[in-house]
Parts: sequence; structure tokens; C-alpha cells
Amino acid sequence: MAGDRLLQTMSILVLTLSLVALTALLYDIWSDGWSRLDWAFLTSMPSRRASSAGIYPAILGSLYVLLVTATFALPLGIGAAVYLEEYGGGGRIARLIEINIANLAGVPSIIYGLLGLGIFVRAFGWGPSILSGGATLGLLALPVVILSTREALRTVPMSAREGSYALGATKWQTIWHQVLPSALPGILTGLILAMSRAIGETAPLITIGALAYIDFTPSGVMSPFTVLPIQVYNWVSKPQVAFAENAAAGIIVLLVLLLSMNAVAIVLRDRFHKARV
Amino acid sequence: MTLGTRRKVEWLIERALFACAAGSVLVTAGIIGVLVFETYEFFREVPIRGFLFGTVWTPLFYDAQFGVLPLVSGTILVSLIAMLVAMPTGLLSAIYLSEYAPSRVRRVVKPVLEVLAGVPTVVFGYFALLFVTPLLQRVFPDLALFNALSPGLVMGIMILPLVSSLSEDALHAVPNGLREGAYALGATKMQAALRVVVPAALSGISASFILAMSRAIGETMIVAIAAGQQPRLTANPMNSVETMTAYIVQVSMGDTPAGSIAFRTIFAVGMLLFLMTFALNLVSDWLRRRFREQYS
Amino acid sequence: MTTLLRPLSTMTSGTARPATPVKIDVQGMNFYYGAKQALSDITIAIHANLVTAFIGPSGCGKSTFLRTLNRMNHIIPGTRVEGRVHIDGQDIYAASTDVVGLRRRVGMVFQKSNPFPKSIFENIAYGLRTNGLTKNRGEMEGRIEESLKAAAIWDEVKDRLTESALMLSGGQQQRLCIARALAIQPEILLMDEPASALDPIATQRIEELIYQLKASYTIVIVTHNMQQAARVSDNTAFFWLGRLVESGATEQIFTSPTEKLTEDYVTGRFG
Repeated sequence: MAGDRLLQTMSILVLTLSLVALTALLYDIWSDGWSRLDWAFLTSMPSRRASSAGIYPAILGSLYVLLVTATFALPLGIGAAVYLEEYGGGGRIARLIEINIANLAGVPSIIYGLLGLGIFVRAFGWGPSILSGGATLGLLALPVVILSTREALRTVPMSAREGSYALGATKWQTIWHQVLPSALPGILTGLILAMSRAIGETAPLITIGALAYIDFTPSGVMSPFTVLPIQVYNWVSKPQVAFAENAAAGIIVLLVLLLSMNAVAIVLRDRFHKARV
Repeated sequence: MTLGTRRKVEWLIERALFACAAGSVLVTAGIIGVLVFETYEFFREVPIRGFLFGTVWTPLFYDAQFGVLPLVSGTILVSLIAMLVAMPTGLLSAIYLSEYAPSRVRRVVKPVLEVLAGVPTVVFGYFALLFVTPLLQRVFPDLALFNALSPGLVMGIMILPLVSSLSEDALHAVPNGLREGAYALGATKMQAALRVVVPAALSGISASFILAMSRAIGETMIVAIAAGQQPRLTANPMNSVETMTAYIVQVSMGDTPAGSIAFRTIFAVGMLLFLMTFALNLVSDWLRRRFREQYS
Repeated sequence: MTTLLRPLSTMTSGTARPATPVKIDVQGMNFYYGAKQALSDITIAIHANLVTAFIGPSGCGKSTFLRTLNRMNHIIPGTRVEGRVHIDGQDIYAASTDVVGLRRRVGMVFQKSNPFPKSIFENIAYGLRTNGLTKNRGEMEGRIEESLKAAAIWDEVKDRLTESALMLSGGQQQRLCIARALAIQPEILLMDEPASALDPIATQRIEELIYQLKASYTIVIVTHNMQQAARVSDNTAFFWLGRLVESGATEQIFTSPTEKLTEDYVTGRFG
């Protein structure tokens, strides 16, 4: 009994500690960064002077990269998931692909950066561009998109497919008209979570050679770029306190972006659950 | 649509979807291809023994030396500190969540852990360098500004949710009959948890530990920000160290010309990193499969 | 319940069947799920414009057999069929067979009603659209009204066609599913325990509907309810452990079966 009490107390202590750590983290960043947060910070170019530096190109860069990432990961990921869930039928090749995807999910993100550097930046000659960055993160997000899409497809009851087949629909008609619409909210939730992970990624983009200092707005997919996390990293690496404040303010912007994406995902998930019951 | 065209359309769609799925294999092939190609070029100039067993890593200097051990030791040092934090706390919280916690508590704790797992690593890096390190310096005055301890501790917090949720899954999978058997013999809740449930879930728990270790080894931004850029063979967590991942970032941020030997080092280091994490993932996967077979 | 027995007992007498042509002809069929054999050596002739009931304890293979008749088993990987299944003299397992076309001719209604999560209108329109059966909106609306009337549900839903099908009661949903199947004008209607999830009143309506539909369709119904088989069917086939034990006129199966096993089952000694 005393042991029970001890075990429980220790557990609660540990959990409280992680709660405290999270609170400390958020508080530390808020107290460092809030004073720098204003309209000018969001709409200015970075600068050698901390007090006039802004985060505008980084925000744009993050959004552009995200767009390219989604363009790569969504069709590929959903296509692969539909194949594995609806067509693969547990065959040997499908099994092999599944193992492969599980392994890809465990590869460190910086390795994807080396892949992007070797293939997109150099072999394809795309340079350290938004296109290269988006494609690299697209490959990184692929396993997450595939796994979450499969999960969503699995929630569609077999009876919906049978009902469609029994009316003389083909396999693809059944998938397109019945299975995908039913699974859509679940698929979207997974996509948003995958994208919110991609938007926080730093290491692979540094590896492909994204610049830390960009004082122009990106002009297109072939343009050099920076993203929010890299801008934050750049500021953190500077010794002056003023730049640390900029970094904290940049983190707040990043977290707000992440939180709003997650909020959308949660709303979708809730609607999904309601539609099911 | 005639039968022929309809069949052709269906066939084409299936092929296209298969191509998407097979594309994931190309990603793996691409990773291995790039790493092998550049590493091969690297080892044409640097002897493989000198790389694996050398103790001095100065590839960017005029008198370049390519002994990777300092980077490996730095990586392992930080990861071990992280594991020392994450293993006991993660397991404890898993035991609590699976065996004790009322659903009211679970509803609060699970989302907190999820949020913790979703924080970008660059944020943890900021936290390590500008919050945890100054805090630690008050306790240990001789702690360097860049050190292994602070990023290790923060990384431990980062992988805690992973350990906790995977271990909890493992504990959940233990059949209730085992618990009831222990209670029937007069065991308390704690005795049942520690002497029956945890041992029964041991391979599942070990799988979560090993996966977390793999995650820690591959983690980049926390160490790139807070551990420093001095490759040194040391076990002292107060010192500045450089990890394999931080080295790749350091070179990428610089202006090393593509194709030079110094540039190729990041692929050689990347290859080593890939093999280390891959091996750990395989072991973790094997343990998890063994665990699943036990209870199905 | 007694009222339901009336039409059949007055309609049919003795074992004489109205001589209708054979619609489905199955010879020596074996069916496997992977290595496991689920059906052995099934041979049966199913006649047009009659109701044939499959009875037997659960797991006896009656539903599995029903699903081989429109190749619904096809969507489960690892299944295999041996033997011959002919519909109107055509081998439906021949390599050249168009499975989609087959399912248009052989409609199916499932044990658990499975309307699509769409409007009532869209549920019926789906089969028409995917098969390109109607040329314009007017024709489609006509077909939808027709099939809802044929399934005896038109009066209940005519003012709410745009409402979600999931708002209907269980019995209404099942009749909607029947209407959906009828809309593409099949020749055969397979029904897999269509009333097992319904209350007695809804069940009665489905049974009346089956009785009306047999004038235009060949109907095969799987049921675990022997009274239901006796009420609605002209012929009955009894399955046990993946084999077809006996088939024949319903009265004969229920009053003077040739097999001891059949007698034990229909008299309720096991099952």
C-alpha cells in the first residue's frame, strides 16, 4: 500500500514536471519575445540591426515551401495509401512496400536533407530553391501522409464498398464516389498534422542549402528562400540578447501558425466523429 | 463506355496508384544511392579505418583529419543523457497512465504529451540554450555555455512522450488475466504492476526505449543550437561537444564548395548516422513483433 | 404472423411448381477462403420468377454461396471458386465475363441496410449514374420514382428526397436499399437476411414486397428464420457445414424432407 502511494506520487511528480517544463518553455519564450511582436516585425525584412529586423520573407518562405510540400506529398501519399489499402491485397510486393514505408518513417529528418541535396539540388539542378525544399519536405512527410490516410480509409465500413459494387460500380468508381468522400475528414486531419510537422522542420532545409539571410521576397519556386525555423535558428546563434528576443518572437509566430493548423485538424476530427455515429 | 475501355481505364488507374506506392521505394533507393555514391567517393581519398577509428575530427582545417569518433561520442553522450531522463520518466508515466490514472487525469495528460511531441525542435533548442543552460550554470558554475548536459536534458523531455505512449501501448496489451492472477495471489496494485505487468511487457517497453534512442541520435536542432561545434572525445557532460547531426548542419551553413572532400564528409557522416538509426529501428521492430506474437 | 402464412398456403399446393425456366445453374462448385474450403460440391438449379430461400445454421455457407452468384466474393482477396456457375447459360466465372455487367444483372441487398451517407435521391441515382443508364434529369427522376414505388417506400419519402438517407428508420433504409438495387433493373435479386435487423412490422413489409417482386425478378433470399423461409419462398435449399444437404419445393422441405439432417433442422432439433 505504501509502495502504491510512492509509485503514484512519483508518477504524478514526473507528469507535473513535464507539464512544468512545457509551461516554462512557453512562458520563457513569451516573456522574451512578446515585446518584439508588432506589425512591423511581421512585415519587415531581416536586418543586421536586431531592433529593425523582421520576419516577412521567412513567413512567405514557410508558406511557399509548405505549398510545394503539399503538392508533392498529397497526391503521392494518398495514391500510395489507396493502392495499399484497396488494391494491394496483402500481396508480396505490397508487403514489401509497407515495410519500406515503416522504415522511411524512422529515418532521421536530416538524412532527407542529404537526399534532397544529392537529388533535387544537384542531380536535378534545382539549386537551393523553394522547389527543392518543398520536394524534400514532401518526401519527409510522405510516410506520415500514407499511414494516416490508410488509417482513415480503414474506418470506412466494408458495407459501403459492397453496396456500391452490388450496384454495378467499378472498383475505382466505388473508391472515388464512396470510399474517399467518407474518409475525407480523416484524411484531411492526417494531412494537416503532417504539414504542421513539416512547417517546424529545420535541419533538412539547412542541409539542402536554404539561406539564413534573405532580404527579398521570394519570386517563384526557383527562388532562394528561408523559412521561419531557419530564421529563428539564425537569430538564436547570434550572441546579442536583442537577437534572442527576435528569435523568441519568431517562435511565437511559428507556434501560432502550428496551433491554428492543429485547431483546424481537431475541428475536422470532431466533425468526422459526429458524422460516423 | 464499352467493356474494353472501362477495363483499360480501371487498369490504368490501378497502375498509377501502384506507381505512387512504388515511389516510396524510390525514396529509399534515393537515400541509399546518394549516401553510397558520395561515401564511396569520400573513401577513395580517406581510408575507412582512419575514418571509423580516428580520434581527431578536423576536416575543415588546413591539416584535415577525418577520425569520426569524436562526433560519435558526442552523439552518444547527448543521447544517453536524454535516455537517462526519458526512460525512467517515460516508463513511470506509462505505468501510471495504464494502471492507475483515472480517465479525468488521462484526458489532461495525454494532450499535454501530444503538444510536447509536436513542438518544433528548433524551439527546444532555444529553450536549452537560453533557459536551461543559464539555470544549470547557477548550480554548476563551471558549466560551459555550450555543453552536452543541457541539450541532453531537453532532448529527454522531447522524447518522453514517445517513450510514454509506446510503453503505455505495450502495458495495455498485457492481458487482464495476468493482473487478476496476481491480485488473486494477494498482490497489491504496485506489486502486480511491477512484478507481473512490466515484466510481461518488457520486450514492448524495450522496443520503445530503442526507438527513442534512435530518435535521439538523429535529432539535430537541439544539439546544433545548444551543444556547440567542438568535436571532442569526452564523456564529460559539462563540456562542449559536437554531434554527427550538428556537424552536418555546421557544414551546410558554411560555404564549403560542393564536390570538395570536406563537403563529402557530411555524406559519410550521414551514412554512419543512417546505419546506426536503421540498426536501432530494426532491433526495435524485431522486439515489437516478438511482443505482439506473445499476446495474440 | 398467421396472416402472412395465408397467401403462400393458398397459392401453392403439393409439390408442383409452375414450370419456369432455370435462371441460375450451379454445378459442382467448391469455394475457398485461402486454404480453407468454405463450400463443397454445390449443385443447384434456381428458377426464374420464383423465390428461392437458403436456410441453415450460421456459418453453414449459405451467405457465402449467395455472394458467389454475383461474384461479390471477388472483393475479398485470396478467395477461389471451382466448378460452374451459369446464368442464362453464360458462365459467370469465365475470364471474359464482365463482373461489373454481371452485378448490374444480379442485384443484391445486404443483411445490414447500407445506404450511402447521401440524400435519398442520390442513393438511387448512384447506380443509374455509374452505369450511365439515364440520358437526362427527367428520365432519372422518373426512374427514381419508379423504383421507390416498386420498393413500396415512395409514399413515405416522396416529400423528402433531398434528406439524408441515414435519417430513415431501419426498415425504411432497407427498402431504400431494395429500391436502389431495383433502379438499375436487374434480372435477379439476391437478399442476404434482409430482415434480420428489423422489427416484426418492418419485416412483414419486406416480406410482402418480396412477394410482389417475384413477378418481375428471380429472387434468392438467405434467412436464418425458418418461418420466414416458409412464408416467402417457393423453393428452399438447406445448407450444412458448407454442403448443400437438400433442395426442393418449400412444402416438401418443411413437411417431408428426404434427409434426416434436414428434418432435424426444420423441426428445430438443432440450429
